[in-house]
Amino acid sequence: MRSSRAANFAVTASVVFAAVMMILPNAVIIPASFNGENYITFPPRSLSTRWYATFLTDPVWRSATWNSFVVAFFTALAATVLGTLAALGLIRFPPRTRSLMVSMFLLPVIVPTIISAVALYGLLAQFGGRGGLLGVIIGHTIITLPFVVVNVIAALQQMDMRLEHAARSLGASPLRSFIHVTLPMIWPGIAAGAVFAFLVSFSEIVMSLFLTGSGSVTLPVQMWSGIRFEINPTVAAASSVFVVLSCAVVMLMGLLRRKQGKAVKP
Amino acid sequence: MTSGFLRRYSAWLMMAPAVLLLAAFFIWPVLDLVRISFEHRDGAFGHYQRVFERPAYVLVLERTFLVSALTVVICAVIAWPVAWRLATASKTGKLVILAVILIPFWTNLLVLCYGWLIILSPTGTLNAALTGIGLIDGPLPLSGNMAGVLIGMVQTMLPYMVLPIAANMARIDPRIPQAARSLGAPPLQVFLRTWLPLTMSGVIAGSLLVFIMCIGFFIIPAILGGTRDIFIAQLIEMNINKVLNWGFAAALSTVVLVTTLVLYVVGVRWFGVDALWGRQ
Repeated sequence: MRSSRAANFAVTASVVFAAVMMILPNAVIIPASFNGENYITFPPRSLSTRWYATFLTDPVWRSATWNSFVVAFFTALAATVLGTLAALGLIRFPPRTRSLMVSMFLLPVIVPTIISAVALYGLLAQFGGRGGLLGVIIGHTIITLPFVVVNVIAALQQMDMRLEHAARSLGASPLRSFIHVTLPMIWPGIAAGAVFAFLVSFSEIVMSLFLTGSGSVTLPVQMWSGIRFEINPTVAAASSVFVVLSCAVVMLMGLLRRKQGKAVKP
Repeated sequence: MTSGFLRRYSAWLMMAPAVLLLAAFFIWPVLDLVRISFEHRDGAFGHYQRVFERPAYVLVLERTFLVSALTVVICAVIAWPVAWRLATASKTGKLVILAVILIPFWTNLLVLCYGWLIILSPTGTLNAALTGIGLIDGPLPLSGNMAGVLIGMVQTMLPYMVLPIAANMARIDPRIPQAARSLGAPPLQVFLRTWLPLTMSGVIAGSLLVFIMCIGFFIIPAILGGTRDIFIAQLIEMNINKVLNWGFAAALSTVVLVTTLVLYVVGVRWFGVDALWGRQ
């Protein structure tokens, strides 16, 4: 009896340890960003919003934030359209073939980003396309495509495909049956894929480090140089933007998951 | 005629745009990188000879693989009890544990590293607290070295270890350990003879996944690690941006790529590694 209580204590201790480890780096960022000193500490020695002022007014940070929004928007758009189409194709294969093909679609997540980044950098450099936002969007679309494919396939697997077959056999065109039958049942899955693609692209750093040029620096790249090459506390203000964005995305994803559950119910 | 063609190949046609994008901007450039790695004036394997013969480079390979393996072991030790609690908790408990464990999955890697830097640096929170209560005299070296890298890697990788083990535990028939207990096995024996072997495939799946992701890490060792003890990814970056030795960077990339793909195939074939991303 005593040893099982000890085991129970050990389990609880590891769960608490893991939880503290998970929460700690996020928890210090927001208080630290209101630091008034020239270097960042937690707990902050004095309070001010000066780093937020720098973040919001400095043209370098502003253009980096804008670039990130543009890249994330177009990445989410491209990945959602291409990924949804691919998922609609994949679902028509028998399960064994499909799971093999999905494993192939997951390759960009499995292959270390440093390798796909270097490879794409080499290709774009050959054709003179390096340094623009388009290159970054292409790179991000490749990384985010798998997430959309997986989300949409999960939604499609929840719905009864016979409904689409019924629409088709009653004479609806493929496009019509998609818009009126399939889309109303899987839109939360598609939206979840799009939202996640946006977050991944907005936060992506390795691809961006290789593919951005002087005019196309994204927010994570600007933060990277803020951490690596100068001790710039504006990074803390930028970081809290990411913390808030992540929280919003998590809530949105939870909402969409609930919507997906309702959408497939007849 | 045309509509028959469209109907027969509709599934392939819908996949075509995504497949073409991946082929042109992912598969083709990666294969081209592999090709470049075999271009050397001393024969096809010139770059690889440098990778595997120069002690400095062998050290980088060893360090990357060892620290990745160490991350796997630490993650497994922490993740197993967490997965156990996750599998046995009430519905609300499950949601709370899952939400906390998945934090790194949702957080920007730079934010995590920066947060750790604030905590672990010589003037950081942890060292200030420890010196404050008189436990240590000078700051502990917790960042700018392997300790910092390990802390960062364990934190970011923990969800990828917890989820496969928890998925595996959910499939275990609870009557098996119950039977062992009712037959008089002490708790340790029940753990060693039923729970551990029954969850082994989950542990291996998680380990493969974590190891694969660790050997390609760039950001964490670059921010939390030292300037001397670098990882393979940093060596690749240096050779692209500073030394401009594409062939050597390509050979290093190929080594990481082949290791990754072999482990991924093993993981998918025997341990359902891709289940984490929604395969049924």
